[in-house]
Amino acid sequence: MTADVVVAGRVRRARHWRLTVSILAVAVVVAFALSLMIGRTFYGPEEVLRVIAGQTVPGASFTVGVLRLPRAVLGMLVGFAFGLAGVTFQTMLRNALAAPDIIGISSGASAAAVFAIVVLQVSSATTASVLAIVAALVTAALIYVLAYKDGIVGTRLILIGIGISAILKSLVSYMIIRAAAWDLQTAMRWLTGSLNGATWSRALPLAVAIAVFTPVLLGQARHLDLLRLGDDTAAALGVRVGRTRLVVILAAVALIAFATAAAGPVAFVALLSGPIAARIVGSAGSLLVPAGLVGALLVLVSDLIAQYAFGTRYPVGVITGVVGALYLVFLLVRVNRSGGSL
Amino acid sequence: MTDTHVLRVEGVTLAYGERTVVESLDLLVPPGQITAIIGANACGKSTLLRAMSRLLAPRRGRVVLDGKDLHRLPTREVARTLGLLPQSPIAPEGITVSDLVARGRHPYRGLLGRWTAEDDAAVARALDLTGTADLADRPVDELSGGQRQRVWIAMALAQETDILLLDEPTTFLDLSHQVEVLDLLTDLNRERGTTIVMVLHDLNLAARYADHLVAVKAGQVYAAGAPETVLDAQLVREVFAMNSQVVTDPVSGRPLVLPISRHHCGADRREPVALGV
Repeated sequence: MTADVVVAGRVRRARHWRLTVSILAVAVVVAFALSLMIGRTFYGPEEVLRVIAGQTVPGASFTVGVLRLPRAVLGMLVGFAFGLAGVTFQTMLRNALAAPDIIGISSGASAAAVFAIVVLQVSSATTASVLAIVAALVTAALIYVLAYKDGIVGTRLILIGIGISAILKSLVSYMIIRAAAWDLQTAMRWLTGSLNGATWSRALPLAVAIAVFTPVLLGQARHLDLLRLGDDTAAALGVRVGRTRLVVILAAVALIAFATAAAGPVAFVALLSGPIAARIVGSAGSLLVPAGLVGALLVLVSDLIAQYAFGTRYPVGVITGVVGALYLVFLLVRVNRSGGSL
Repeated sequence: MTDTHVLRVEGVTLAYGERTVVESLDLLVPPGQITAIIGANACGKSTLLRAMSRLLAPRRGRVVLDGKDLHRLPTREVARTLGLLPQSPIAPEGITVSDLVARGRHPYRGLLGRWTAEDDAAVARALDLTGTADLADRPVDELSGGQRQRVWIAMALAQETDILLLDEPTTFLDLSHQVEVLDLLTDLNRERGTTIVMVLHDLNLAARYADHLVAVKAGQVYAAGAPETVLDAQLVREVFAMNSQVVTDPVSGRPLVLPISRHHCGADRREPVALGV
C-alpha cells in the first residue's frame, strides 16, 4: 500500500529530525560546559556546578561565576540569534548568500555604533547599542525599499544589500582612520565581534529579544517552509506571502540587531549556520531550531579556539571570519561550477 | 468531488506597473471540463491565469468563485477549492517526493498543524494517481523532467481541489512526456470531475485535449468554444499572425493546425523521395 510507504517515510524522517536536533542540543550543552571549565585555570564539573548553584568557591566563584559564565551565556545567545535569523533570511529568499551579515544589516548596526563612539563621543555602551539596533532596522528597511519592484526578488535584494554593506563598511573604515587612539579599543568590538567583557547586563536584552522573537519565527516555520517552493506555489497553497515575509523579516532583523548590539557582528555565523544545519539535518524538517543550535555551537567553540589555541587571545569573530570566508569562497565556486546565477 | 464550483472572470483589467496586459476581459470556465488557454507569446495568457488563481489582483473588474470575489475570500478557503501549478515551481534541495507532495496538504492543516491519517491517505492517492508511488522516498532533484512534472502535479492533487489551474504544464518535456502529462490530467478530469484550466503553448495538443478552447489576443478573448467550432485558419492567422491549413487529425478527429511556412511549402515543396529503389 502506498499509504504505508508514505507513513513510514514520514515517521522515519521525523525521527531523524528529532535525533539530530537532540544530538546538536547535547553538543551545545557540552561546548557550554567546556567554556566554563577550560581556561588558564581548569575547574572540574563539580566546582562549576557549585558556582552555578550559588555557593562560594575560592577562585572559581570569580573566574567561573563572573568571567566565564556570562561570556558563555552571551556566546550561546549570540550564536543562536545569528543562526536563527540567518537561516530565516536564507530560507525566505531561497539563497544561501542571503544571510543578514552579507546583505548589510549587521554592517548597519556596526556603522551606527562606531559613529556613536568615534564621532558623537558616546561613552555609554547602552546608548551605542540602542543606536545599533535602530540602525540595523533602518538599514533593513532601506534595503527592502530599494529592492522593491513589483514585489521582492531574492537576487536583487542580495545585490543591493551587498552594495549597502560595502558603503557602510567604507564609512566605518573612514571613521576608524579619523578616530582618536582611545576610542579605537571600544570601536573595534563593533567590527569583528567579540565576547570580551561580557556581563549579564549585555546578555539580558538579547535574552529577552530571543524569548520574544523565536516563538514568532517558529510560528511562521510552516509558511517559511512553503516559501521555499516559490512565492506563487506558496500563495496557491494558502500562504499570505507578503504578510509572512514582513513578519519574518521584522523578527529576524530584530534578532540580528540585538545580537550585534550585544557582541558586535560575529562574522559569518548567520551565513554558516543554516547550510551546516541543512547538511546535518537534511530536508527532513524545519531548519530554524537546528540552525540556531549550530550557531550557538559555532560561537562557543570558536571562542574557545580564539582564546586558548594561540599565544594571544583573539576576538571570536576572527575565527568565525576565517571559517566563514573559506565557506563563502566554496559557495561562490560551487555556484560558478553549476553555472547558476547568484 | 463535484463540478459545482464556478470560476468566472468579469471585466478584468490586469497590469504590471504602468503596463496594461489584459483589458476588460470576460471568461467563464465551464465546470467539469478541460479548458485550454492559447495565444501568442506575451498576449497575457499567463497573466490571466495568475489573476484566476488570485496571485495578481485585478486593476478593474473581478474574478468570481461561486459568486464571491476571489480576492476577498479567505486564502485557505480558496486553497481548498482552487489549486495552481505555476510554470516553474522550485523544489528545495534534497526534498523527497512524498515530502513535496505532502506540502499540498497545507490548506487542510489547522493552527497546530496536526498531521492526520486523512492527510497521509490523500498523499498516497496523489502518488498512486500520478504513478509516482515508486519514487516516494527519492529526492526530487534526482528525477527526470517528466517524473518531476508528475510529482508537482501530485502535489497539486494532494491539495484535492475541484479546480486545477496549470501554467504550461508541458514545457521542457519531450513529446511522449507531454502526452503522458496531458493524459494524466484527462484521467483526473474524467475520474474526479476536476475542472482543469491550463495555458498551453502547443496548439495541436490544446486542440486534442481541451473541451473548451480560449484564444487570447492582445489581452482580449478572441474566441472561445469547442476546438472543432473555434479553431480554423482564420483564428490562427489573427491570433498567431501565421498562415495555416487546419485539417481534421486522423488520429483524434480534432482539428490539426498545419503551419504554412516560407520554405518547404507550395512551390518550394520537395516531392517525397521513393526509398529503396
